[in-house]
Amino acid sequence: MTEILGIPIQALLGQLLLGLVNGSFYAMLSLGLAIIFGLLNIINFAHGALYMMGAYAAWLSLTYFNVGYWPSLILAPVVIGAFGMLIERGFLQWLYKLDHLYGLLLTFGIALMLEGTFRYFFGVSGQPYPVPEQLSGATNLGFMILPNYRAWVVAASLTVCVATWFVIERTRLGAYLRAATENPKLVQAFGINVPLMVTLTYGFGAALAAFSGVLAAPIIQVNPLMGSNLIVIVFAVVVIGGMGSILGSIATGLGLGVIEGLTKVFYPEASSTVIFVIMVIVLLVRPAGLFGREK
Amino acid sequence: MNRTIIAALTSAVFLTTIVASAQAQTAKLSGDMVRIGVLTDMSGLYSDVGGQGSVIAAQMAVDDFGGKVLGKKVDIVSADHQNKADVAANKAREWIDRDGVDMITDVLNSAVALATAKVVAEKKRIMMDTGAASTRLTNEDCTPYTVHHSYDTYALAHGTGTAVVKQGGDTWFFLTADYAFGHSLEKDTSDVVKANGGKVLGAVRHPLSASDFSSFLLQAQASKAKIIGLANAGGDTVNSIKAANEFGLTKTQSLAGLLVFIADIHSLGLAATQGMYVTEAWYWDLNDDTRKWSKRFFEKTKKMPTMIHAGVYSSVTMYLNAVKATGTDDADQVMAWMRKNKHSDMFGKNMVLREDGRLLHEMYLFQVKKPAESKAPWDYYNLRSTIPADQAFQPLSLSRCPLIKK
Repeated sequence: MTEILGIPIQALLGQLLLGLVNGSFYAMLSLGLAIIFGLLNIINFAHGALYMMGAYAAWLSLTYFNVGYWPSLILAPVVIGAFGMLIERGFLQWLYKLDHLYGLLLTFGIALMLEGTFRYFFGVSGQPYPVPEQLSGATNLGFMILPNYRAWVVAASLTVCVATWFVIERTRLGAYLRAATENPKLVQAFGINVPLMVTLTYGFGAALAAFSGVLAAPIIQVNPLMGSNLIVIVFAVVVIGGMGSILGSIATGLGLGVIEGLTKVFYPEASSTVIFVIMVIVLLVRPAGLFGREK
Repeated sequence: MNRTIIAALTSAVFLTTIVASAQAQTAKLSGDMVRIGVLTDMSGLYSDVGGQGSVIAAQMAVDDFGGKVLGKKVDIVSADHQNKADVAANKAREWIDRDGVDMITDVLNSAVALATAKVVAEKKRIMMDTGAASTRLTNEDCTPYTVHHSYDTYALAHGTGTAVVKQGGDTWFFLTADYAFGHSLEKDTSDVVKANGGKVLGAVRHPLSASDFSSFLLQAQASKAKIIGLANAGGDTVNSIKAANEFGLTKTQSLAGLLVFIADIHSLGLAATQGMYVTEAWYWDLNDDTRKWSKRFFEKTKKMPTMIHAGVYSSVTMYLNAVKATGTDDADQVMAWMRKNKHSDMFGKNMVLREDGRLLHEMYLFQVKKPAESKAPWDYYNLRSTIPADQAFQPLSLSRCPLIKK
């Protein structure tokens, strides 16, 4: 069997694929963060909590209302997106004129309160969410056994990422958004309702987080802390990709997932730090991030 | 002759009464009360196995004493150590210096426990640890004021390791949490596996609270070991088991959870955990006493207690008994009394406190029930064997505790 550095190439392929699965989550979450930062200039620390709420929305609707996985995939993002819009209207809109730091502190506070509330009601051990029937089972790829659900995660998240990129970069609505990012006053002067767009954008970012949460629910235990375990990594991904860059966050999300996967094979102890090492190097060499523009 | 005996008896009784009343009169309680601190993880990954449940368990023990000992009030305080050793050490110092705390219990998380033990010993108070697993507490880092109450990595490794190897699981691969506790659990279990004629094929160390376990599990799968030993705890164990089921590992290999709490089984469900061996110091459905106590606990918390919760109840009971008997909360006298006497409550019978701080009691090897066998919620374990107190823990001859004179 062919080997690279003592690791059979088949095992390596398996790990690459798993890295891609994790990378899909990074991509989707950092995409939401990038959009919110791009338009609102808010560093949204509540993103992890919204992701967790998405997973809980799915679990709650299954447990108490017998609403299955597929409806949840649509319903949870809608509900959490609406909740996000409430946060934006109720709190964030007063902060746009202030320094980034205030938005960061506010969203961080909101995240702590949300997590605390869920912890109070559900404890930290987490709740199990079953894999939907249509996707249970696994496919033998020759070099590894891939659970069907994980394949679906990659497909779903790539579709969502590409669709988002398309809307923002290739449609008229996206053009308004991008213009509002550059110069909100001028865009408003053209008769476009910028505050509404801002609210909808935050809601969309929250919906993306919730969508990832529902996707993650069958893989990991639905747990109030699931967001905070992930959010710091996702922030590093955003920084590496370049704050506010749409394509950058998708590409770096997937890429870093793969790099992390490989680290788990060659030196597992470093798998939680490798992303931060890369972040430091990128910041030294390209302070604006791999895909970011210097301002 | 008879007269002499009667005279001797009478004077003995008389003397005892005098001594007892003298004790009652000079009952020396610092701050004129007894204050017990429950130092635990209130918000993080271990808050279900300890946390608020431990505070309730401690309060239940105090209630059983009528809220008083030697006629003085017994008070419970609690704090969240956030799984941080420095936070815990500072809290312990503040409690002892400012609030007059006499005994600190729970103290789960080994790193936290090691730091707290130092502060407590320096200030001459007592720590009765029911939640940390590291054997260092009774070895390199033993103190005259530490009681390691409920379980440790040695006991867990021996219980599960021996049983699994005897059932034919003689090749092992470890999935280990990359910190002191995980390493110590992996090492202790490896020793047991080898001593019983098994082989350890390898290990992979994962970061604490890893987000995804699938790639570690693929490495475990590639090792072709019969048994995958989970030398981790809490959410990490839960997510490892979940991923192992998803990737079909459980069809060809078996999992051995080395530190599994009933709360973990509850959260995963029996379908994912059936057949697993777990070693615990206590289970709610062991006998009438445990069932009765657990029912009380359940009414307050809506959850069944873990062995840490039961341990907190037992340690507070033990401590208050000692204060009552010695008439003081002076740490040296209380410790001396606890070492000299045997302790029985719903946690265990005739428990002995050894000079290195290890409390000796029975441990239990359970196998998780199949979903069809479970008759009620929380009915999860079949008892497979009871490990006698003198075999469950590391023998004193192997102790590395400097307090032990050899």
